[in-house]
Order: sequence, then structure tokens, then C-alpha cells
Amino acid sequence: MPTKDSATKDSARLAVRKTYKLFIGGAFPRSESGRSYVVTDAKGQFVANASQASRKDARDAVLAARGAVAKWSGATAYNRGQILYRVAEMLEGRREQFVAELRAFGVSATAATLEVDAAIDRWVWYAGWSDKVAQVVGGANPVAGPFFNISAPEPTGVVALVAPREPALLGLVSVVAPAIVTGNTVVVIASEPRPTPAITLAEVLATSDLPGGVVNILTGSPAEIAPWLASHSDVNGLDLAGIEDAQLATDLEIAAADTLKRLVRPAAVDWTADPGLSRMTPFLETKTVWHPKSFEGAKGTAY
Amino acid sequence: MTVTAPATDQVTGSNATLRAFLHGLPGVDKVGADARAAALGTRSIKTSSKVFAIDLAISMVDLTTLEGADTPGKVRALATKALRPDPLDPSCPAAAAVCVYPSMVADVREIVAGSTVKIASVATAFPAGQASLRVKIDDVRDAVAAGADEIDMVINRGSFLAGRYLEVFEEIVAVKEACGDARLKVIMETGELVTYDNVRRASWLSMLAGADFIKTSTGKISPAATPPVTLIMLEAVRDFLATTGRKVGVKPAGGIRTSKDAIKYLVLVNETAGDGWLDPHWFRFGASSLLNDLLLQRNKMKTGHYSGPDYVTLD
Repeated sequence: MPTKDSATKDSARLAVRKTYKLFIGGAFPRSESGRSYVVTDAKGQFVANASQASRKDARDAVLAARGAVAKWSGATAYNRGQILYRVAEMLEGRREQFVAELRAFGVSATAATLEVDAAIDRWVWYAGWSDKVAQVVGGANPVAGPFFNISAPEPTGVVALVAPREPALLGLVSVVAPAIVTGNTVVVIASEPRPTPAITLAEVLATSDLPGGVVNILTGSPAEIAPWLASHSDVNGLDLAGIEDAQLATDLEIAAADTLKRLVRPAAVDWTADPGLSRMTPFLETKTVWHPKSFEGAKGTAY
Repeated sequence: MTVTAPATDQVTGSNATLRAFLHGLPGVDKVGADARAAALGTRSIKTSSKVFAIDLAISMVDLTTLEGADTPGKVRALATKALRPDPLDPSCPAAAAVCVYPSMVADVREIVAGSTVKIASVATAFPAGQASLRVKIDDVRDAVAAGADEIDMVINRGSFLAGRYLEVFEEIVAVKEACGDARLKVIMETGELVTYDNVRRASWLSMLAGADFIKTSTGKISPAATPPVTLIMLEAVRDFLATTGRKVGVKPAGGIRTSKDAIKYLVLVNETAGDGWLDPHWFRFGASSLLNDLLLQRNKMKTGHYSGPDYVTLD
């Protein structure tokens, strides 16, 4: 975190100021547009310069996310769970940094610590769901016939997420983790006023065995970027958690409907409460198959 | 570059004179060619120019499938796609040609007969070119008899690199004769020619021997087409027109997958050979996946939102 006193405390050293970039396809590019915007705290004091993503960054992010779908959705649930748990380990290692970043926005020490702890716990909680969600939302269906009927959840594909403005970290984790744990890949627009924890999360993801492109993080204006994601034909799902402008939300829903996206509409959510399955199931598709219970050819065998 | 008009008979009279001519061509400044191609690649083509470029590029695509696993069904599907690349939009231009193995020419013909889409066939023991001249000629005759409008031949790189230029020359002349009315594209396989000087020499050699098109690659060797190599070939056709009065086409093939790449090539064409070559009759892209990307970009320009691979065919 660049702060004013890091330079003044030890005047012999120049402040090493961080360049906040985007996270696309496992790399940290600057915005294609070359733009950045000033992030300030509650009192209007300078906190950081963040990249201001453009529609082309969103396009690149979708391309990266699409490229990662096969590998990520094809990984075993066990493997996905392991990787997500590894992310939680790395989050734990960066605890102090996350707390400091939240405090830079004027969040109290207690509240910041609570939020970071809750975010890490939530990540662990979702990691555990990777090999359990199929049993809860899928399973064998009772049918009146000589065949099995089995439903299994499958990931939707590429999901675009607009993270809540606040809480910046817990909100982000609460929309990203449930989408990727089931095998989706995501493009997420971080909180516009508080994007720094998102970029630190990106650094965590980049060093945690998560394949590049599974999570792509854009910072900038959701009002500018979200419409391009909502109308993008290669995006399969849309979570509008962070859209507070009702008119914009409606426009995005209409654009999403044109390409039959799965949609989570914006609603008042208590991000500290137990989320249940509410953010995992919207981005799952249920595939149902049947299979004969027995057939003549197999009679008398152990089949 | 200025090349004195060669009196063809004198130049091609013997291997020594041919060699003297080809080695007398000005050397290529490699750094300069790379930098020039890279600089032209940064040209920004937007809005209406982009719409024009995308449609032009679609009309220049030689939609290609050259796999051992090609089936008549796959080839027919490809030919149908060449006729109507975007089935939902009749304003989308047809591709220039379908490029297949000789055994598949008849299947393509069933679909594209009577349309503007040409049938191109590779021949002459494609892709290696390592067969006797008799076999190569038969290969060409087969393809032409089956109805190919264009023949894509490969030169014998072994002979070329060994300096047996006359052998290569005579082979092209013989194939050209076997082609009859079919246009002859000569594949130089620039990825195997080692130097840019060799690319320039092979271009001139092919054109002197009667090539109607010079083509970079088979697509089976990496690197395939690159912008600097194409730049050198475009310079060669420009200079050849200036010295002999005969116009020859250029076809980069292999490795061109995105609309952005295709537009870079069009900029090269316009800035090097001139807009006389911005025509499917004189410039082609040998490609397969490129067409899908062009269609996606075309849709983006038309609808204002990004399209996705679910909306084009799987090839």
C-alpha cells in the first residue's frame, strides 16, 4: 500500500508505489485503453491509481475465461476443492495486507479484521462444497419404470460478475468463490470505489495453482463495462450483485435476456450472513440421463 | 528495388544464367523488412474501414482443409460454408475458393458449381513435393480433370536449396502446362527457405516460370506465413509487374487466424503492391479458422455487441 508516511518515515528511501493493474488470463496487463482512475478514501484522500478497464479489456477477459473453461470444468471436483483451499491458505498469509488495504478506506481496525476473517472463512467454506454440491442439487430421481434416472449439475460456462461496492473484499469473495467452485470461469468487475483488495486477491490467485483465465478481474466503472459483458454472446451467466442503479440493472437484464444468460438480479444481501446455496445454483445447469436397470444380455452376470 | 527487365530466354537458358540472375537480385534488408512489416501492422483500421476490410478479407479466403481425415461430408460442409459463410446474412460475401486434396475436388464441385466460389486443389505430391515429375504431373492432371479451377503446387525445396534452380524452373513450367486453363499457385514453403533472400529468389523464379500466384506455405510447416515474408513477396510481384508487364497474385497461407492479422495483411498489400491487389483475383488468404473469426468480427460490427464461437460453425 502506498501511503504518504512510507516516504516521510524513512526519508532515505523512495516510496515504492504500487501500480494496480488488471488480472486477465493469469497475467497482469494494464488497461488496453491506457486509462487509470484515482481511488480515494472516505475523506477524499488519495489511496491509489487503479486501471480503468475498457470494453476491449472485458472482451479479452471473456476470451481468457472461455479458454479456461475446458480445463477448469474438466478438473475433478476434488482437485478444484484442493486448489481453492490452497487459495484460502494464501489469503491467510496476506491477512495483514488485506486489513491494511481496507483500513486505508477508513474501515475501522475491528471491522476490517472481521471482514478479512469472514472472507477467508467463506472461501474455505466454498472450497469444501466442490465435491458436495452434486449430491445436494443432483442425484437419482425416483421414476416409475425399469430404468435409473439421474440428474447431475454442470457448470454454465463463462460467468460475468459485478462485485458489490461494499464490503469490497467479502463481497468479491462471496460472488467469485461460488461461481468457480462448480467449474465456471469468471470475469468480475471489482468494487469501483474500493478496488485495491481485488488486485491483491488477484496476486493471491496468480500464485495458487488456479489455472490462468479461471478468474479475471477488471477494475473500473461497471456502468461502462457491464453492458458489454451483458450483451456478449460468449458469456453464459451474469451476476449483478454490485449494480445499484435500478435503471442500469434493468438495461443489463434486457441485454442478458437477448442471449439467454442465467441471471442473478441485484438484491439487498447481508454479505455477512450464511449464503447457503443461493449463489452456487444459479450458475449450474442440471443434466438428466437415464439408464436401463437390467437387460437380457447382462442377466446372470455380475453386471 | 530496380530490376532490369530480364530477357526470359537468356535468363532461363541454363542453370548458370538463372543462378546469376537470381543471385543478382538485390539482397533483402532483414531488419528493415521486419521493421516495415511491424510498423504497417500497427495501422489502426476502424469503423467503416474495418467493415470494408472484413468483407474484403472474407471474399479473399481460400477455405482450406488438407487433413488425412478429410471426408466427402466434411468437404461438402466446408464448400457450403464457402458459398454462404453467414447463413443468416445474405449480404455476407462468399469465400474466394475451397482448397482441398485432388480426391475431394469432385465433392466440392457438386456444391459450388455455378457459383463464384472457385475450386482449388493442392497437387504435385503435396506437402513435401518429394516425388518424380511424372507423378507430380499426373497428380495435377487428375485434379484438373476432376474440375479444379486452381492448382496449388509445391516447389522442390531440396532442389532449390541445393542451387538446382533450373530443375525447379522446369518443373514449374511443366506443371503450368499440365494445368491448362487452371490458375497455378506456386507454394514456396518459405518456412524452409531459411533466408529472406531465398524468398525473393524463389518468388522471381516462380514468376519467371509462369506462376499465376505465389503462395507462402503449405500450412504444414512452422513458421508458415509471416508479415515480413509476405511483404517481400508483395514487393516481388510489384516489381515483376513493372519489369515484365505481367501481374501475379499473392497468397499467404497458414497461421493467419484472427481478423486483426488479416487486416494487417491487407494493409501490407495496399502499402506495398498497391490497391490493384486488393481483389480476390490477386490476393488470397489460405486459412480455415480465420473465416470464423472474420464472421464473429463482422457480427460485432453489425450488432454492436460481441459475438461468440457458439454462433459460427464448428469446422
